[in-house]
Amino acid sequence: MSTVVGEMDHHDHHHAPTGISRWLFTTNHKDIGSLYLWFSFIMFLVGGSMAMVIRAELFQPGLQLVDPHFFNQMTTVHGLIMVFGAVMPAFTGLANWMIPMMIGAPDMALPRMNNWSFWILPFAFAILLASLFMEGGGPAFGWTFYAPLSTTYSGDSTALFVFSVHIMGISSIMGAINVIVTIMNMRAPGMTYMKMPLFVWTWFITAFLLIAVMPVLAGAVTMVLTDKYFGTSFFDAAGGGDPVMFQHIFWFFGHPEVYIMILPSFGIISAIIPAFSRKKLFGYASMVYATAAIAGLSFLVWAHHMFTTGMPVAAELFFMYCTMLISVPTGVKVFNWVATMWRGSMTFEVPMLFALAFVILFTIGGFSGLMLAITPIDFQYHDTYFVVAHFHYVLVSGAIFSIMAAAYYWLPKWTGHMYDTTLARWHFWTSLISVNVLFFPMHFAGLAGMPRRIPDYAVQFADINQIVSIGGFAFGLSQLIFLWVVIKCVRTGEKAPAKPWEGAEGLEWTVPSPAPYHTFETPPKVD
Amino acid sequence: MSEAPQTEPRPDNGRIIRRLLLTVAGMFAFGFALVPLYEAFCDLTGFNGRTRNEAAAVSTHQVDTSRTVNVQFITRNAQGMPWDFKAEMNSVRVHPGETRVVNFLASNPTGSNMVAQAIPSVAPGEAALYLNKTECFCFNQQPLQAGADTAMPMQFYLDPDIPEHIHTLTLSYTLYDMTANATPDVLAQMAPAN
Ligand code: HEM
Ligand SMILES: [Cu+2]
Repeated sequence: MSTVVGEMDHHDHHHAPTGISRWLFTTNHKDIGSLYLWFSFIMFLVGGSMAMVIRAELFQPGLQLVDPHFFNQMTTVHGLIMVFGAVMPAFTGLANWMIPMMIGAPDMALPRMNNWSFWILPFAFAILLASLFMEGGGPAFGWTFYAPLSTTYSGDSTALFVFSVHIMGISSIMGAINVIVTIMNMRAPGMTYMKMPLFVWTWFITAFLLIAVMPVLAGAVTMVLTDKYFGTSFFDAAGGGDPVMFQHIFWFFGHPEVYIMILPSFGIISAIIPAFSRKKLFGYASMVYATAAIAGLSFLVWAHHMFTTGMPVAAELFFMYCTMLISVPTGVKVFNWVATMWRGSMTFEVPMLFALAFVILFTIGGFSGLMLAITPIDFQYHDTYFVVAHFHYVLVSGAIFSIMAAAYYWLPKWTGHMYDTTLARWHFWTSLISVNVLFFPMHFAGLAGMPRRIPDYAVQFADINQIVSIGGFAFGLSQLIFLWVVIKCVRTGEKAPAKPWEGAEGLEWTVPSPAPYHTFETPPKVD
Repeated sequence: MSEAPQTEPRPDNGRIIRRLLLTVAGMFAFGFALVPLYEAFCDLTGFNGRTRNEAAAVSTHQVDTSRTVNVQFITRNAQGMPWDFKAEMNSVRVHPGETRVVNFLASNPTGSNMVAQAIPSVAPGEAALYLNKTECFCFNQQPLQAGADTAMPMQFYLDPDIPEHIHTLTLSYTLYDMTANATPDVLAQMAPAN
């Protein structure tokens, strides 16, 4: 390990490439972190514009702008891009930037693999997006690509879909391996496991989840590929297969996947709330154990996505109780955050605003999840807009808000400038209001029976959908403010001190802002 | 880094990477292993309503005349399957242990010889374990010449252990066109008449 790192330093010092090749060949964790973050933001905008198409079509009942097949492609690719292109790479970018600095390491353990794991991603998404322009269109079977939609009834672009998911999976697995090796082997002397910041801990556990389930996803897409093109019948009843089995395999990946998209958020929020409450995090150890418990339990609940497939009552009950059990460690976390704020001297800088919004809105998403977990109730809510409301509360006002909180928290460290707080506050308040206008009414549409993934709807849903669409456009526009804040902060702004937040803790605040290209080449002493 | 005093011995990178890659390979294999595991699990529990794909032993059970179960039949064609396919009756009331024969009527209205395969499914799933077929057209592929029709028998009895709360069960058959994937012996059955 030490030889690898030594070699890299050598390389960088003597002939550091400039221009495009600096970014193409970089093995520096900060460069790669920035690449991931920018990539994720571009994907966020691309996926977001697809959401705008969806909301524009749903602004009125009837079919107006796009034909149903294209609508289905939009919902499918929107989902895939947001999950694999926006949320996951953003977390990997944050991991790259912050984990080495938080544990006092000079870089990630495997810098060359790091370069690869980023640079294959743009190809994966170029393939996916290009497939939209093929004859017959791109994937239109939903991000969950249920068989037989993705096998018997899918278009010619399915092979491209499979190929791009394979690349995304390989990228995630390489990223996860890198995180695990870095955390196990690169911690500064004295940085014991139970001293690691929670962002490091949650990412450590997330990385194991990735290692465990991304290969299962790879297996699922491979089976779809061979069923479609090579005559196997994994999911075809006529050949002895079973389409319901697809759902078991997919959700065995899918449910841990949703925790992959939320555990790093828990780490971010656990860094920000203590900083602006000026208190130590309440219940550090219980946070670690709760994270591990959530990760473990996430393998036992997959069939809560399948309550309506005709499972026997015993199985329905098992998955219902296990699902409810998960909300216990999740609740522990929410209580710990609230207890951290209790009697703290709180201030409301922008990262804290996003963190507070996260705690409240994520909890709303947790509650709607609990409602969905109740089997008999799910029979009514399944595949309606209620589910759409649920997962957007946990993913948009949850995962994405936490990513924005992280950006506002660490931007001064990354750029060396303070950002324009007035603009940032505008970004926060417009996002907060519009995200609720966008997603809250979806609960009611779902309760009243509006199905998801449909380009048209009964006229009684017209008013609700109009409100939702207006919220959607407003939320989309608000994110341009974020882009503006970030660009402005990169270019100019008041000089940021090494530690811009007086209550912040952690090794990353001991280095100057902007963080020098190489940090902790001699490890810090942690006591 | 290596000069720095280490607080604890650490495994080298290579070992961790090898183990992680092994886990990745293992989980990829596990994804595929789910297929036979799922089948074994379903056969064991009847969870997905699948009935056994081979003939059960003839009933030696005492007929339990104290109970009557309503057995319903549903037929449907998979997409693109042009045959007419229906059961000769919609339902039959049987005592557990009692053997019955029901005919399923099929006709091939097309101008070409075809081969079909019927796939059974039972609801509620747990009843599948107690539905014993001693003879069924669904055990094999079924050939039918152009324009011909046939009656295909299914002989069954219910295991007297069938749980008390099951008063009605539904046996559904989906008929698939298997002409392209017909087994040679089925094709041979059809050949002489050509
Ligand atoms: C208290 C915790 C949670 C519970 C009890 C819960 C429960 C559920 C249930 C029962 C469903 C299936 C609904 C249906 O299709 O009928 C569901 C869907 C979903 N949940 Fe959650 N959930 C929880 C937290 C989360 C979190 C933290 C995330 C992600 C960050 C998440 C993401 C999703 C997604 C993406 C779907 C929909 C998938 C799809 O069909 O496209 N959930 N949840
Ligand atoms: Cu789930």
